[in-house]
Amino acid sequence: MKIKKFALKPDRLWKEKSEKSGKRKRVTKRDARGRKVSSVFLSPSVLGVLVFFVLPFFVVFFYSVVDNPISHQFVFLDNFKIVFQNAAFRQAASNTMKFSVIAVPLAVVLSLGLAMLLDSKMPFRSQFRTFFLTPMMVPIASIVLIWQVLFHYNGMVNDITALFGAGKVDWLKSEHAQVVIIVLFLWKNLGYNMILFMAALSSIPKDILEVAVLESAKPWQIFLFIKIRYLSSTLLFVTIMSLINSFKVFREIYLLTDDYPYPTVYMMQHFMNNTFGNLDYQRLSAAAIMMSIVMVIIIGILFLAENHFGRDVEG
Amino acid sequence: MTENRTEREIEVSNSGGEGLGKTDGALQAEQEGIFSGKKREGQKEIGSDAEERAYRFMVRRKKARRFVKKWLATAIAAFFAILFLMPIVLTITNSFMSSSEISSNYGQVFATSDTGGKTYISEKVNLKFIPDMVSFSQYITVLLKSPDYLFKFWNSVILVVPIVFFQLLVAVLASYGFTRYRGRIKEMIFFLYIILMLMPYQVTLVPNYLVSNWLHILDTRWAIWLPGIFSPFAVYLLTKFMRRIPVSVIEAAQIDGAGEWQIFRRICLPLCKGCLCSVAILIFIDYWNMVEQPLILLSEDTMHPLSVFLSKIKNGEIGLAFAVATIYMVPTLLVFLYGEDYLVEGITYQGGIKG
Repeated sequence: MKIKKFALKPDRLWKEKSEKSGKRKRVTKRDARGRKVSSVFLSPSVLGVLVFFVLPFFVVFFYSVVDNPISHQFVFLDNFKIVFQNAAFRQAASNTMKFSVIAVPLAVVLSLGLAMLLDSKMPFRSQFRTFFLTPMMVPIASIVLIWQVLFHYNGMVNDITALFGAGKVDWLKSEHAQVVIIVLFLWKNLGYNMILFMAALSSIPKDILEVAVLESAKPWQIFLFIKIRYLSSTLLFVTIMSLINSFKVFREIYLLTDDYPYPTVYMMQHFMNNTFGNLDYQRLSAAAIMMSIVMVIIIGILFLAENHFGRDVEG
Repeated sequence: MTENRTEREIEVSNSGGEGLGKTDGALQAEQEGIFSGKKREGQKEIGSDAEERAYRFMVRRKKARRFVKKWLATAIAAFFAILFLMPIVLTITNSFMSSSEISSNYGQVFATSDTGGKTYISEKVNLKFIPDMVSFSQYITVLLKSPDYLFKFWNSVILVVPIVFFQLLVAVLASYGFTRYRGRIKEMIFFLYIILMLMPYQVTLVPNYLVSNWLHILDTRWAIWLPGIFSPFAVYLLTKFMRRIPVSVIEAAQIDGAGEWQIFRRICLPLCKGCLCSVAILIFIDYWNMVEQPLILLSEDTMHPLSVFLSKIKNGEIGLAFAVATIYMVPTLLVFLYGEDYLVEGITYQGGIKG
């Protein structure tokens, strides 16, 4: 029946009518079947994610508001209070925050600089790109040894700083440990960010840049009013990725200094690892929930910022 | 040392740039001169000689400036490239030192005093770029004499390879599901995936630990494999790629009578080949580098991958450490060598989070 109708009427008319009467009518039997089949494609992944991430997350949430896993007494925010009053947690949280606040902007700015550098006309561009990207590939564990040699009290970095008249510093066993970790973080992550920025830079329409030059815009104006606007979504993404990677920096610290690092580089993950050791589910859950709330807030803020600044630009 | 080097490099490029720039600019100016000369004959302007000179000067200056700029940029890039590559190159070259050379050079870095703290002798740490004598003794020891390291290497392989393979398999199916017949529910699930992807280990490891505990797979490899296989990362990336496939292609196949499986198998999968490579590389790097998961989910040292084991190498075996480290990074470097373009592409797909 339907097919007959369809055949009788001109194509355009049918389209207009169906648009007027809503989308529902266009769902055919075949579509319904395809919909089902496509959900079958989706199911293994959704099931796995449910079992390994989503459902246990609810349990984590549950654990964070009860007093212990056996009696299930509802205590609401007590666990959070206990965790928050824990000196180690505070130290870990503030260290992690400090590290992210310093390292993330540095990573964004420096990698943007590198991308702009490689975006200009220069020989050996692709080779440089390869070189900058190599650290991303190399496992941290392989590189830690040489890092220890370089930043040793009698190591090469102190020799270099001595040339500029600076005193010797025991890099890994003092407050300067944070500097070492930031350098290592930047070394590892700049290449990745740079690639993202390079892709975004090359997608800026050339005619707009040409018009700007014709209108005798200064380089800083071109940078600020054109490039940054077009880069805004990439800036957001790079910031988020750097932020996430900055939480992963435990890896570097652990491999460099083992379980007991200098207090200024005692990170969230150290705290979590120690709590895992005690099997203290309540504190663990409360810490994880707090962390996820902070993450969601940060990501939300970044998204809002991007919406505000980048809305008039088609990405 | 490196600082000095760049200064010199910049100086060199400056002077060289100006010199070369002049000749280049002069040539250009000459050509321009001929052109403007012709013009002058036709129009008979007065005072154009001075004008021409000024013009020539400007062209020359512009050329020179551009040239200096170019080489300055190259010098800066070269400086950074050296900084970036140095640790890798040093690790590789140092792996060819004999163990006596390493202990005489770096002995004190890794030496521990009786109290457990590191001791500092006023001796210098001799950082060497090239070993005095190239020897393969470290490699021979690692590969042939002590099976411990090879065993750990195998641990890394057995942990990573199934994750890469099955995560891709699950993800490519799921991303097809996300691409076809997009509805509100699917978009919500996809958004959930993005949020999960962005969560740091500190958050996701707790649920993973709980599940592993319930399923009694804690301290077995399954505890690493299963969360790895269902990690939302690959799904996100592949979906973003698959949604770029023009709908008309799929519709054409549908009209030709292809079912969902055939569309997936004959159209989407072949088109995604490149993207699959990119994602595989990204997953591989991520899991080859893993430290947190085995530390928490595998309490037995014997199952730990090489990455965790490397940090625990004992004092006496420090000579071997460089060789082991080099062996450990060889697979990633090989992947990089063959798949750099895929890697770059994969990173580029990641950018622009709103799909």
